[in-house]
Amino acid sequence: MATTTEAATGTPRTRTRLLEDERWLAFFLLMPTIVLLALFIAYPFMKGILLSVTNTRVGVPGEFVGLAIFEKVWNDGIFREAAWNTIYYTAVTTVFKLALGLWLALLLNRHFRGKAFIRAFILLPFIIPTVLSTFAWKWMFDPTFSVLNWLLREIGVIDQRINWLGDPDLAMGCIIAVNVWRGVPFFAITLLAGLQTISPELHEAAAIDGANARQRFLYVTWPLLLPVTMVVVLFSVIQTFADFQLVYVLTEGGPANATHLFATYAYQIGVRTGLLSEGAAISLAMFPVLFLVVIFQLLYIRRVETR
Amino acid sequence: MYRVSRRNLLKISGAGAVAASTGGLAGILATRSAPAYAQQRTVHWLRWNDFVPASDQLLRQTLLPEAEKALGIKVNFETVNGNDLQPRITAGIQSGAGPDLIMLFNNHPHLYKASLTDISDVAEAAGKEQSGFYDISKGNCSSDGKWMAMPFGIIGAMLAYRKSWFDEVGHTTFPTTWEQYRDAGKKLKAMGRPIGQTMGHSFGDPPTFSYPYLWSYGGKEVEEDGKTVAVNSKETVESVKFMVDFWKEAHDEGGLAWDDSSNNRAFLSGTICSTLNGASIYIESTRKPAQYQTDKGTPMKDDILHAPLPAGPAGQFGFHTFQSHVLPSYSQNKDATKAFLGWLHTASNYEKWFTSQRGFSTAVTASWEKHPMWGEDPVMAPFAVAGRLGRIPGYPGPTGQKAAEVLSKYIITDMYAKAIQGMPAEEAVKWCENELVKVYQV
Repeated sequence: MATTTEAATGTPRTRTRLLEDERWLAFFLLMPTIVLLALFIAYPFMKGILLSVTNTRVGVPGEFVGLAIFEKVWNDGIFREAAWNTIYYTAVTTVFKLALGLWLALLLNRHFRGKAFIRAFILLPFIIPTVLSTFAWKWMFDPTFSVLNWLLREIGVIDQRINWLGDPDLAMGCIIAVNVWRGVPFFAITLLAGLQTISPELHEAAAIDGANARQRFLYVTWPLLLPVTMVVVLFSVIQTFADFQLVYVLTEGGPANATHLFATYAYQIGVRTGLLSEGAAISLAMFPVLFLVVIFQLLYIRRVETR
Repeated sequence: MYRVSRRNLLKISGAGAVAASTGGLAGILATRSAPAYAQQRTVHWLRWNDFVPASDQLLRQTLLPEAEKALGIKVNFETVNGNDLQPRITAGIQSGAGPDLIMLFNNHPHLYKASLTDISDVAEAAGKEQSGFYDISKGNCSSDGKWMAMPFGIIGAMLAYRKSWFDEVGHTTFPTTWEQYRDAGKKLKAMGRPIGQTMGHSFGDPPTFSYPYLWSYGGKEVEEDGKTVAVNSKETVESVKFMVDFWKEAHDEGGLAWDDSSNNRAFLSGTICSTLNGASIYIESTRKPAQYQTDKGTPMKDDILHAPLPAGPAGQFGFHTFQSHVLPSYSQNKDATKAFLGWLHTASNYEKWFTSQRGFSTAVTASWEKHPMWGEDPVMAPFAVAGRLGRIPGYPGPTGQKAAEVLSKYIITDMYAKAIQGMPAEEAVKWCENELVKVYQV
């Protein structure tokens, strides 16, 4: 019993003393995040790298083969198609999301009746789980029962069904449209938050100096909004580049691989076909591109901030 | 109010643990094995959502409770979309935990060979009892004389077609060559009743069409040696060229984005005249005759017939979706799972499932061809011998991991899909050859 009491009084004292030291306190506070990052980011990442330099198949531990798998992937026509698709998909959707999001944010920043309600409503596409909303879109693009085709036919615009997901270009257009639909609210709300930090006095001063609406946007709003915009674009690029669920539900990468992205192709090869090393190599191909994008954007943001 | 303090909880749960371990901790340590009560006798069984829902219902409500009673086990039955079976087994094998019994399609067991339990004893017993396995059962499920998967069912793929519509365009007997089929399809498409064919990424209908179509022209992915890629031939190019025009003239062009259920919906809603399918379209139409009607207001079931795929210059071929079950080596319940498999394949038990399928899936052993069920409905009769016909992907090369990889990547189907989308035939075949070389010559 005596020992227990001693231990009980001794331990907390040591602990408190340790926590008084700022370095230890910082360490303890960071610990949960470090553990989470190590478990869910660092470990899978390292595992991915290890897999990609071996020739592992499902259930068959591979041998070290150096960069042979990367070479194989690089010479793979579907991989190149998926790489191009990913870049195209990310670029086009980001431009549209930014333009429409900014436009929406500017509109929402005005005073009108039911503002709070509309602002909440706008977020809906972003809130609904992607798989659910994409299923709804899938039905709207259905080759036989598309409600869009029905509507267009009823109002006399078309007399033959449009092959939304069966035509390679249209299918790409469809996944881009759904991604934009889903992503615009995120841009709009974040940019709106940015807009609200801009003091109205600046606009008033500019107006008094004779600046018109266009000039006020170009020389007051835009420069002040730029850091927020860059962060939003950064997030969006990362997410879109690694997009999976939207394409998986809508087209599964089809027709004939016309809409495969890095993530869906990696899944097809790694998880479906069981070629784990190739799947890992395809996933890792995203890394250098994203790494460069992040470095470039972060440097740019820092420059803007320190200006 | 009674409060459970931490001390009390520890006391209670400690006492419970001691009471539960009847032999005591010392006993467990001495025998170096977990006490018997802790060993699970639960079999986790993963299958697809059957296209004949009545069969899943039969399993859940009748067969599994019977098995549980007879074997003293518990069966956890889970169903998923057929396209999700491969991801599930991959995840199971890599993590070392997952379902004990997993259904797979076609030659996919070859992909996971290294991680599957040898179940030759169960398979051989069933084969012996039921007049022997068909060749396609052996090809899909065995390797080096050992059974790595237990054959379960063969989903016969036949063209379901609207008899009266084909009559209307002068084809009173169903076309037996691709030219005749194209002619009928062309006339029917002009009337707004095209042929419907899935050409997307889905496990069933796309490959069961594209493979036999290629073979019927004399095309092949690989030579018999299983190494020399042979797809780039005059015959293959010819088949691709024909397909491109055939598609434009006679097919519903939405088929490039269809999955295995899209053609069922299209056929039952009366928008297509013919489609390659298991018998699920016909079976569904007989289940709900009032719901599925022709344009004349008569039940559609009376206007549906089945026919094999037409012949090409090199003959007539078929490829039927094959179902089997595998027992991954990670399973902790191998004995219970094997006992369950054996029980399920006993003729008297298997018959209940077999008849619930009503011919959608035929059996994997020969004796079932003579089952009285086949006499009940003449429309279903052509499916009785599906197990005898049909080839395995990879033909004429050996079936195995390479052919399974080609199937799993949809390379053959995509060759046709690419040409349909506008790629010149020679280029599409060249693309296919490159992909095949990567698989076969590594």
